[in-house]
Amino acid sequence: MEETYWYGLIGGVLIGAASVLALWATSKIPGISGIFAKALNPRDGDFKWRIAFLAGMILSAAILFLISDRADTYRIPEGRGWIAYAIAGLLVGFGTRCGGGCTSGHGVCGVGLGARDSIIATIVFMVAGMVTVYLFKMIGGAA
Amino acid sequence: MRVILLSLLAGCLFGAGLTLSGMTDPQRVVDFLDITGDWDPTLMFVMGGALAVFFGSRLILRKNNPAFCNATEPVSKSLIIGAAIFGIGWGLGGICPGPGISNLGALRTEALIFVPTMAIGMVLARVFLGRDT
Repeated sequence: MEETYWYGLIGGVLIGAASVLALWATSKIPGISGIFAKALNPRDGDFKWRIAFLAGMILSAAILFLISDRADTYRIPEGRGWIAYAIAGLLVGFGTRCGGGCTSGHGVCGVGLGARDSIIATIVFMVAGMVTVYLFKMIGGAA
Repeated sequence: MRVILLSLLAGCLFGAGLTLSGMTDPQRVVDFLDITGDWDPTLMFVMGGALAVFFGSRLILRKNNPAFCNATEPVSKSLIIGAAIFGIGWGLGGICPGPGISNLGALRTEALIFVPTMAIGMVLARVFLGRDT
């Protein structure tokens, strides 16, 4: 098995452990889109732990980017400029709130809890992502 | 205070997992979604590892903790439409909310565009759909 896949598996184990720890500590499904969305509202009583979680995500990533070339690998797919990222941000923000979760909330926690709605959401966003990449490749000539 | 410190620790673990697994690299995510090209299965290993830990922990913890019990909700039209819109954005940029936020740790230009526009998208969902933000 390729080394990259092992790192994927190890990273996945860390993500799973983080999700279990956060769910255990807060009794809230720790989806990143939900944590971020609700952290936008400072009146929320859970504001502080949400900010702490997000700060941790940025802090550990910042350290690993500095000390690990593997973690620091960062390539922008061909044909994606800043306009593409602005549109992507709008769609991801709107879509995750409309659909009630993202890759972590539905994909890891929801599927891990055996929730039927999360399994369906995960299939839908994966297929939508694949179709988008395919169409982008057809139109722009690059993936 | 305990909940805040545990959340900080969980966030650190999450960010470490995302970066070490290569999920903060948009090309790797797009290569996973590019099933007609040179397919990269790494994302499957990431989800597999995360699900194995989550599912295993759940089997132990659900006896004493209702948060780990099945919490499925009815499948609604907005769930399907929202997931599809999210998937289109994900395929466009190769970034979902977690990697977008962790990439702020290196002040990447795309993350600095993606995260604020994501916040705007969430506010729009609150205004038009009444979803909580």
